[in-house]
Amino acid sequence: MTSISPEQYVSVDVTGGAEEPAYPGRSAHVGLTSREMAVRVALEFREGMIVNLGTGLPTTCSEVVRRDLEIFFHSEQGVLGFGEVVHSLKEADPYLINASRQCVSPKPGMSFFDHSDSFALARGGRVDITVIGALQVSEHGDLANCRLKDRPSGLIGGGQDFAFCAKRVIVMMHARTRSGAPKLVTECDLPLTAPGAVDLIVSDVGVFEPGPSGFVLVELAPGISLEEARRCVDAELTVVDPLPTIPIASTDSRTSAPGERR
Amino acid sequence: MIDKIVGSTDEALVDIFPGASIHIGGFSEPASCPNDLLAALVRKGVGDLTIITNDAARGRGYIERMRAEAEQAGPSADFDGVLPLPEWFIPVGVLVETGQVRRAITSAGGELKGGRETAAEGLIRQGVMEVELLSQGTLAERIRAGRVGMPAFYSAVGVGTFTTEGKEVRVFDGRPYVLETALKADFALIAADKADRFGNLTYRGSARTMNAVMAGAATVTIAEVNEIVDPDELDPDRINTPGVYVDRVVLREHRVEVRTS
Repeated sequence: MTSISPEQYVSVDVTGGAEEPAYPGRSAHVGLTSREMAVRVALEFREGMIVNLGTGLPTTCSEVVRRDLEIFFHSEQGVLGFGEVVHSLKEADPYLINASRQCVSPKPGMSFFDHSDSFALARGGRVDITVIGALQVSEHGDLANCRLKDRPSGLIGGGQDFAFCAKRVIVMMHARTRSGAPKLVTECDLPLTAPGAVDLIVSDVGVFEPGPSGFVLVELAPGISLEEARRCVDAELTVVDPLPTIPIASTDSRTSAPGERR
Repeated sequence: MIDKIVGSTDEALVDIFPGASIHIGGFSEPASCPNDLLAALVRKGVGDLTIITNDAARGRGYIERMRAEAEQAGPSADFDGVLPLPEWFIPVGVLVETGQVRRAITSAGGELKGGRETAAEGLIRQGVMEVELLSQGTLAERIRAGRVGMPAFYSAVGVGTFTTEGKEVRVFDGRPYVLETALKADFALIAADKADRFGNLTYRGSARTMNAVMAGAATVTIAEVNEIVDPDELDPDRINTPGVYVDRVVLREHRVEVRTS
């Protein structure tokens, strides 16, 4: 059901690391936590894949995969095949960081290279999946994640390369901005990073696919009503029938084997 | 005898001039950035610069915010993997904040959070600075082209977006590509781990980044390093940047070392 457009791809930092979106008029958290979103994204990973993780939320994905799965996580500044984020200051190595500048652990099979080779990997078609944050995604799969409205500059990072060149582009984001505006829209009103690039959107309220007309809701987050999910989309929305719930059993995902598809 | 080692950052930057174009390496953290050279450049105050760098947005404002956030979280907060920034570290954005930059070619000129704009954004609004925003892959390859003597190349990245506006488009095998031109500079300021007097360099781990790309993509390449060793100590098989690309080497005042305890 997922449409893959191998021509296209993107990735840039967007999230600022907030655990939960602050929806107006709602103090309690609803929908998936960042970690649960990472678990859902990780269901797309397969052994042997090269998976680029963008800055911000996406770097959480290396935290939740089963340790015995040999997935090569890629960081733009020139690391392929790193392990988990290090949570002990004593083990932190300043010469082994991810795209969010977090120290990560080494892993067998890991390699280092420079920035040019790092992106040659993308341009040369070696990156299977990029996981990327977004400010807006349109129903055509257009990705906007590098410039805010009316700001004279922005932060594009390496996202555009990956959005254009990865075989599959997965957006990982909260479905609404901090002020409550839907990020899934008919047309982006922010400058585009990559047109028609996005294949799948994993959000705190559900999993969406762009097109062919509006968005398709393919999975709903546990505890979220269909109406709540609809309010996060400022475009036509089709819902698959029957609508599955996102298969996240618990936030403690280490034992939940995210690499094995439901 | 060939000896590219100089005694100080001031000596390393002796011929930097107003209006110069400068590649500045690193990934916005102390291990991979030419920290001491950058500090010396700020101290010299030379202006009207064109900088080509990964991130021109992060400056002192960013550092202050990071520290405030850490303070707010308190000392008992879980370590999230991001090492605290040392007092002496200044990111490239500081050069923008001091008003020394006329033009930046970079993957970051602003931020994606609402609220306060970066120094670069303020200067753009005043009409005294330009920022050319480029994705890191295009940025890196344009710099590499500068080093290897290729005037331009075609890339599919950015077709149909603001990053490729006005660039020549050509179709190969049915797919549109844009012509991207080489980025050579007057100077390249880079960081490496070890060097010998020939300028041969080794890097460590994830700190290779733009440093190894920028080496040789300028008229004068200057490397600051954690350690200077005798020429027979570097294994020729392990040299990442051959000395031919490096003109000056200076020892870091603040070495960035791997924690061992």
